[in-house]
Formats: sequence, structure tokens, C-alpha cells
Amino acid sequence: MLDILLFAVPAGLVILGALIVIFAKNPVHNSMGLVLTLASLAIIYITLNATFVAMVQMLVYAGAVMTLFLFVIMMIGVDKPDQTREEIKGQTLLVSGTLFILIGIISYVVIKSGFKWDLWFPAVDYSLEGTPDLIAGSLFTEWVLPFEMISILLIVATSAAIALAYDTKPKKKI
Amino acid sequence: MIEVSTDWYLTLAAVLFSIGFIGMMIRKNALIMFMCIELMLNSVNLTFIAASRHFGTIEGQISVFFVLVVAAAEVVVGLAIIVSIFKKQSSASVDLLRSSRG
Repeated sequence: MLDILLFAVPAGLVILGALIVIFAKNPVHNSMGLVLTLASLAIIYITLNATFVAMVQMLVYAGAVMTLFLFVIMMIGVDKPDQTREEIKGQTLLVSGTLFILIGIISYVVIKSGFKWDLWFPAVDYSLEGTPDLIAGSLFTEWVLPFEMISILLIVATSAAIALAYDTKPKKKI
Repeated sequence: MIEVSTDWYLTLAAVLFSIGFIGMMIRKNALIMFMCIELMLNSVNLTFIAASRHFGTIEGQISVFFVLVVAAAEVVVGLAIIVSIFKKQSSASVDLLRSSRG
């Protein structure tokens, strides 16, 4: 009973937060919905025995990435209502028709199979605790090359952000 | 007695991905579209961790680690682009980006 509750409550919060993200009008509310989703996902990760990933999720996603989002929202300001009007003709009709067909197909397939995913292999009966110890032991031996490539990616992203934000032209006096 | 199986987590990940995709389609603000990308990436992370638990291996969690770093890099570059677009047209709506047409 407890494990069902531990799944159902965070899962409901995840979906609630995701719906807030796509339907709220104020961008600050959208980002708060995203925080709710990310934090609830961290709880689900803990119930799945991935403790280290849950901590990283809280620190990096709900901490750093969301702070970045809020910074940009504060910089460019909240949307004015006239920006939600349609610029391309017939877009809403086309998009909602496509989405309706897509969701219909997916729900048909999922419900027809009775929410059972054909996973080929049965679940193992032991559980592996995702401690920093275990993750580092694999990350720094077997996966050390992707790890180093990730560092190059981060350097490239940082310099790209600086290059984009830097004004090369001198400002005109108004 | 019902047991929480991997199927439940996969269904939750599918629902989360669908919501992110719908948001990507119906919203026009570039910032909100970025948040929807984050939703989709997180649903993939949930799939990885559920599979890691299902098969009893640690590789799924390491993949999540890499996805997380790539997402952070993507957010940094994407938000810089949004800010520079905003400087130009003082709006974050993607419909007004006709100027980037080739």
C-alpha cells in the first residue's frame, strides 16, 4: 500500500506540474510548475533507488537551470497578451487536428495492450542502490571517454553563450 | 495485492512526454517551448531510471547523468539565443522569427 502511495502522489504532482507548464499564462507560474514537476520526479527517483541522481536532479535542474530560466524571464519580462494572437493562418486548426489524431493512435495502442509494455526480460529481484560510490566506480572507469567529451561540450556551450550575449557593435547614443 | 511495476513508470514517462510535446506544439513563446523540451528530456530520464531498476544495472543512471549535462548546455545556449532575439524584436514569440528564413 505504501509503495503505491509513494508512486501515485508524486506521479500526480508530476502531471499537475506539467499541465501548469503548458497552460499557465504567466511565465513565472510556468517555471514554478516546472519546479514542481522536477522535485516530484526526484521523489520518484528515490523510490527507484537512484539516490544520487535524485540529488543531482534537485541541485542542477530545480536549482541551477530554473534559476537561469527565472533570470531570463525577469530580463525579458512577462508576455503581453497581444503576443498570443495568431500570426500564421490556420496554425491552431492544423496543430490541434494533428495532435488529436496522434493522441488517439497512442491511447488506442496503450489501452489495447492493457498498459502492459512488452519488456522482454523479467525484472531482477535484487535492487541496486545508486550511490555516488557505485556511479563513480562505473563513470570513471568504463565511461571515462564520454565523461571527458561532456567537459568539452560544456566549454563549447559556455563560450557560445558568451559570444551570443556579447555586443560586438558599439551602442548608438539615442 | 497490486505491485508497482516498471510498466507504471513507463506509462508515467509516456504521459509526461506527450504533455511536453503538446506544449511544444501549442505555445508560441520560446521560453515556454524550452520548458516543454525540459519536460520531454525528464520523461526520457525517468525511462532510463526505470529501466536501470528493471534490469539491475547502473548504466541507466549514468545515461541520465549525461542527459542532464547535455540539457544544461542546451539551456545555456538556447536562453542566450532567446535574449539576443529579444534584443532585436522585443518579443519572444517564435512566429515573428521570419527574419531567420533562409
